[in-house]
Amino acid sequence: MKYWIVSAALVLAALGLALSGINEYVFFAGFVVLTFVVLATAWNILGGYAGYVNFGTPAFFGLGAYSAAVLFKALGAPLVLQIAAGAVMGGLLGFGVGLLTLRLRGIFFAIATVAVIFIMETLMVNWRYVGGATGLQLLRPPVPEVFGTYTRMLFVVMVVMAVAAVSIARYVQTSWIGRGLRAIRDSEEAAECSGVPTLRLKLFACVVSGALMGAAGAPMPMYLSFIEPASTFNLNYAIAALGSATIGGMSHWLGPIIGAILLGSLQQIVTVTISGEVNVLVVGVLLVLFVVVAPEGILGLFKKKLFAAKSR
Amino acid sequence: MFSFELLLEAILFGVLLGCFYAAVSIGLSVSFGLLDVPHVAHPAIMVFGAYCTYLLGTYGFDPIVAGIVLMPVFFLLGVGVYRFYYESFEKRGTEAGVRGLAFFFGIAFIIEVGLILVFGVDQRMVQAPYIGTSLSLFGYRIPYRLVVAFGVALVLTAALTVYFSKTFLGRAIKAVAQDEPALRLMGANPVRIKQWAFGIATGVSALAGAMLIIVGPVEPALDRLYIGRTFCVVVLAGLGSMTGTLAAGLILGIAESIVLTLFGASWAPAVAFGLLLIVLGIRPQGLFGR
Amino acid sequence: MKPFLKIDRVSKHFGGFSALTDVNIDIAQGERFGLIGPNGSGKTTLINCISGSFRNDGGSIVFDGEEITQLPAYQRTRRGIARSFQVPRPFSSMSVLENLIVPLEYVAHRGSLHTADTRAEAMDLLARIGLADKAETQSNQLTQVDLRKLELARAMAARPRLLISDEAMAGLTGSEVDEILDILIKLNESGITIIMIEHIMHAVMRFSERVVCLDAGRKIADGRPQEVIAIPEVRKAYLGE
Repeated sequence: MKYWIVSAALVLAALGLALSGINEYVFFAGFVVLTFVVLATAWNILGGYAGYVNFGTPAFFGLGAYSAAVLFKALGAPLVLQIAAGAVMGGLLGFGVGLLTLRLRGIFFAIATVAVIFIMETLMVNWRYVGGATGLQLLRPPVPEVFGTYTRMLFVVMVVMAVAAVSIARYVQTSWIGRGLRAIRDSEEAAECSGVPTLRLKLFACVVSGALMGAAGAPMPMYLSFIEPASTFNLNYAIAALGSATIGGMSHWLGPIIGAILLGSLQQIVTVTISGEVNVLVVGVLLVLFVVVAPEGILGLFKKKLFAAKSR
Repeated sequence: MFSFELLLEAILFGVLLGCFYAAVSIGLSVSFGLLDVPHVAHPAIMVFGAYCTYLLGTYGFDPIVAGIVLMPVFFLLGVGVYRFYYESFEKRGTEAGVRGLAFFFGIAFIIEVGLILVFGVDQRMVQAPYIGTSLSLFGYRIPYRLVVAFGVALVLTAALTVYFSKTFLGRAIKAVAQDEPALRLMGANPVRIKQWAFGIATGVSALAGAMLIIVGPVEPALDRLYIGRTFCVVVLAGLGSMTGTLAAGLILGIAESIVLTLFGASWAPAVAFGLLLIVLGIRPQGLFGR
Repeated sequence: MKPFLKIDRVSKHFGGFSALTDVNIDIAQGERFGLIGPNGSGKTTLINCISGSFRNDGGSIVFDGEEITQLPAYQRTRRGIARSFQVPRPFSSMSVLENLIVPLEYVAHRGSLHTADTRAEAMDLLARIGLADKAETQSNQLTQVDLRKLELARAMAARPRLLISDEAMAGLTGSEVDEILDILIKLNESGITIIMIEHIMHAVMRFSERVVCLDAGRKIADGRPQEVIAIPEVRKAYLGE
């Protein structure tokens, strides 16, 4: 119950923020950080709970973005419909890739997800309707009067999406589904022999994860008023999602949030003060550091401290 | 627009390209195919080797010589990386599989960004007497650099196949791949054997990197494309098969070349990844898999 | 009378290596069955084929009249076949209690999922096996003998009609072996058919009504325990290694 109260309060706070006169930059940066929260949370449902590393976040994210762009260009579809389309396409891709490779070992799934990125990018590069390699300009529709700018509206939309994504992750984690996924991660063979339908559960996690990533990608074209393949299918999204979950902590829904906010903020700071490349390097180094030294992430470190404190 | 001659030229080009792909994948055939290490950073190390070759080139080294000189250095690097991987992940059991993957993805990224920071995003090339000139054979013009890569690839594949079947250490490596507990019982130390094997795989990658920059210009993001190519070859070959690597490389090379000729350069990158997905879908054990 | 479990001309190979060749075994309902053989003779491979972790290449496996050869492992578990693992595979991130809740939720209580019921039932199981005081301990911190008990408890939680125990007693002390043996005998008394793989001969002799011996993937003996160990081939298989 506490959770829902906090979530509602967050949404209301975001609305209040959007209606206030605060600096526009807050919404630009906030949108990006929130996107990372959704991506990291979505990633963690399959990667953290079940232990199947998906390196193809850009593929799902990009598919969602292009689905939204196509719907907008063809039908002038409203944002809500774009997001729904992104989710459906992301879920379908998740189902397809999952069906193909989740029967195999984890590394084959990971490599297959990398393959999907490139195939998707190549398809978009060669599709003239979406502008091919040069991309597509999109004219934003007029924004409802209550919001000052379109970006503010997108910010609020993203807050709602983040709350929805985290709520889904939380439900999966605490339910019997989550227990089954954890059993798969701990020992897939023993889980299967304990009656857990491992393939079905993995597929489920893959579909949900993919759908959320697709939904996260849908507002991007409107945010940028522009879409093109190279930046949309950028591998940085892959490292950011994987890194956020690893750094924050993979076994709990709070982990990806902590990781995404930390990484997102760090990225903004480093990009502005030093350079875009160093920013990616920092993420990579942090990822490797945490994977080797603190695999349970920041949450894990706190748990240990709590545990040590209690046992005194 | 379609002509038989064009197709034949594409196939010829594809054969040479394919041998090159086989050569750059052999290191992965050992590290992933035999040793089961989720080494997605293999292409990144290869690109790193290419850049080292470029650096040595600025001091006047011929690229092939540079590649050979780099091999022992990279061998030691490989031993170090495996030792670190083993201590941090493999020793700690099955849960480490996920983290091992994340680790190597992170390493690949770090290498790539490191290269960008040092060399910038522009393409780099090397000069050599056999780069830029062509050989005339049966009326076709074959670039010398591809012939060189073809030659080195064959020598490399042959050398490694002989090594694994004839030498004691080579056979020990194959044994470790098949039945580690039995090897332990015989008194051999599997960790040291795997270390040695991983070192060989990385040393080979140095030469592969040299060939990479001989065949064409390199840029830091090249490793992403080669993840597709190398894993496609290794999976198509069947994990642990050396001769399979050559066959699989040829298939990929010819497929890519034909697609390039018929559909153009914008579709070629997807061939390796597409072929990989197809193989994973219908015959994941590959052509000659264990 | 139709056998409860019928292993019919089962074979399994890995590449060029034949792990099992033409194995025929009939097991009656309620039977206490022992499976012996030297290392590498194919015992665990056979268990994996029965439980569904492997698919056998030749032959068929029929359980309670139903052909299960093509069924995935989790469906075989739901039909009543449970197994423990030779090297224990606990769900290491979970507590001992939670380890049992997984099979309880996924096998026994699939229709209705009331957390309260499963916890009570899990505690009850733990009490029967002697692990009740370790319910909240994380499973990767247990001793060897407790891990073996957890393996058995987890198999029991799946409410099996056929339980396969894969070398549950290996490396345990005399009294620990007796503990596990008592648990298995009590389970059998409640109606569960049990297949026991063991190297500890006195346990096999005490427990089994019938024994099969495998060697190099083939069945070389099938009969009452005293008869089987008297057979020269069986003695050679064990002493010759």
